[in-house]
Amino acid sequence: MATAETSRLDGLRSRGAALGGAVSPVVLLLIAGAIGLLIGCLRSDVFAQLTVQGLAIGSVYGSLALALVLVYRATHVINFAQGELAMLTTYIAWQLIQWGLSYWEAFAATLVIAFVLGTVLQVTLLRPVQHRSVIAAVIVTVGLFILIDGVVSWIWGSELKFMPPPFARTNYDVGGVSIARLYPGIFVVVLISVLLVWALFRFTKLGLGMRAAALRPQAAAFAGVRVDRMLAIGWGLAAVLGAVAGLMAEPSQFFLDPTLMQPILVYAFAAAVLGGLESPAGAVVGGLIIGVSLNLLIQYVPAISSTLQTPVAFAVLIIVLLIKPSGLFGHRTVRRV
Amino acid sequence: MTALLELEDVEARYGPVHVLHGISLAVEEGSIVAVLGPNGAGKTTTLRAISGTVRRSGGIRFAGRSLGRLGPDGVARLGVAHVPEGRGTFSELTVWENLKLGAYTRRGSIQPELERVFSYFPWLSERRRQQAGTLSGGEQQMLALARAFVLRPRLLLLDEPSLGLAPVLVAELFRIVRELNEREGLTVLVVEQNAQLALQAAQTGYVLEAGRVALSGTSEELRSDDSVRRSYLGY
Repeated sequence: MATAETSRLDGLRSRGAALGGAVSPVVLLLIAGAIGLLIGCLRSDVFAQLTVQGLAIGSVYGSLALALVLVYRATHVINFAQGELAMLTTYIAWQLIQWGLSYWEAFAATLVIAFVLGTVLQVTLLRPVQHRSVIAAVIVTVGLFILIDGVVSWIWGSELKFMPPPFARTNYDVGGVSIARLYPGIFVVVLISVLLVWALFRFTKLGLGMRAAALRPQAAAFAGVRVDRMLAIGWGLAAVLGAVAGLMAEPSQFFLDPTLMQPILVYAFAAAVLGGLESPAGAVVGGLIIGVSLNLLIQYVPAISSTLQTPVAFAVLIIVLLIKPSGLFGHRTVRRV
Repeated sequence: MTALLELEDVEARYGPVHVLHGISLAVEEGSIVAVLGPNGAGKTTTLRAISGTVRRSGGIRFAGRSLGRLGPDGVARLGVAHVPEGRGTFSELTVWENLKLGAYTRRGSIQPELERVFSYFPWLSERRRQQAGTLSGGEQQMLALARAFVLRPRLLLLDEPSLGLAPVLVAELFRIVRELNEREGLTVLVVEQNAQLALQAAQTGYVLEAGRVALSGTSEELRSDDSVRRSYLGY
């Protein structure tokens, strides 16, 4: 009995060690935060509305952050064009709707287009430089940012575009608090996309190949994994997540213009760094934390107006990099030599 | 009879540095062949030239096919498993995921392969959920070997399997390699510092020096050669 007890303890401890040891305080902190939010929501209607809104917007940040993390994990390249790519695919969705598709038909078609676009961009622009240096690849993504910006303004002009609302403009009544249907809608759509991508990585052979290619390209190639193809697919999936972020950012901004994703990219960076650049779960949680806390700060801290939102996100980014560069969920890998 | 693997005048370089100056060797199907030599002789590079992870020229023929234009994944798909020196395992993945990765190129059920691997490495079965990085160095090397074997390779390239392992584990490792060779007909090309062990397991051997084959012959011949004895066997 005693031995069984110790071995179970050892098991738990080794599992804890495998996660980096720092996880349990972080999880406790998150639970405490969630309880705090819940109490706030029960006491104040406005607080509840802001929290739901923050969760929705935060999930958008989280999904773009996850796209950044997917690319970063595979190649250690920060894709500065991730946000602009999402903006471009949102324009494509707008165009498809203009041509007569319904919102959700356009949504589905856009995700497919985004996948192809991401893959093609990786093969044509990134692959030629990826073996040279990380910096070269990062500069290519910066160039891509400018290129997409120009192309979108050239094709569609810079005046505002309006898309039909994805969700009926009605309100839910939750215990006397009126919640616009839009926000739970955004949250659920993003959450489903993120879970599907997670399941793909976790449970499929393709996902295993992609994880292996990201962790140790050469050893993966020795097992017969086509590493270059995995990197291209990774870009495709990141573009799909970005497309979801763009499509769900548009209704929360209520219009589409070429700068749609620029502030969101900053929040996504902050979210990714907060969660730990290598951690997919961290990116999503980081996005939610940033979304909710910024939304509440604007309301309750008089000094922070909505124009100060972006600087605050930047401050989070810098503070995390200074204090805990590995982020909340970043873990040191257990490696014995 | 033609050999399963033939190298003819293979040269390889890292940037401007020439490492192999024309290596020729042959590995017969079903045999174990050892490659010996001092550090920097080009032993590891020879394996890398075969698996396509270094720029190479010259003739490399495997089962009648030229490997010259293939990358590492293409070579692996032909049935050549390369267990590199040191980190052959994915420490961030579980034991189970590592094994599944070994069978990456296989279609359909891999259950029979896994059963067979577990018969050689019974402890792997119990620890399949464990993160590979939490295994000891010896266990990781065994896992790397097991993973390579799930591929059901026709040729196993084994690079310095004894590196950093306790003598008991090295002996165990070589015992399993010999067993795989005898029972499953696995062909093995092994690079090894421990010449004693390597020549015990192998039927033939090559001694490399400065990127060239300095000496070759059966294990018997090499063991009785004075220069080999002095330089590599130490008596």
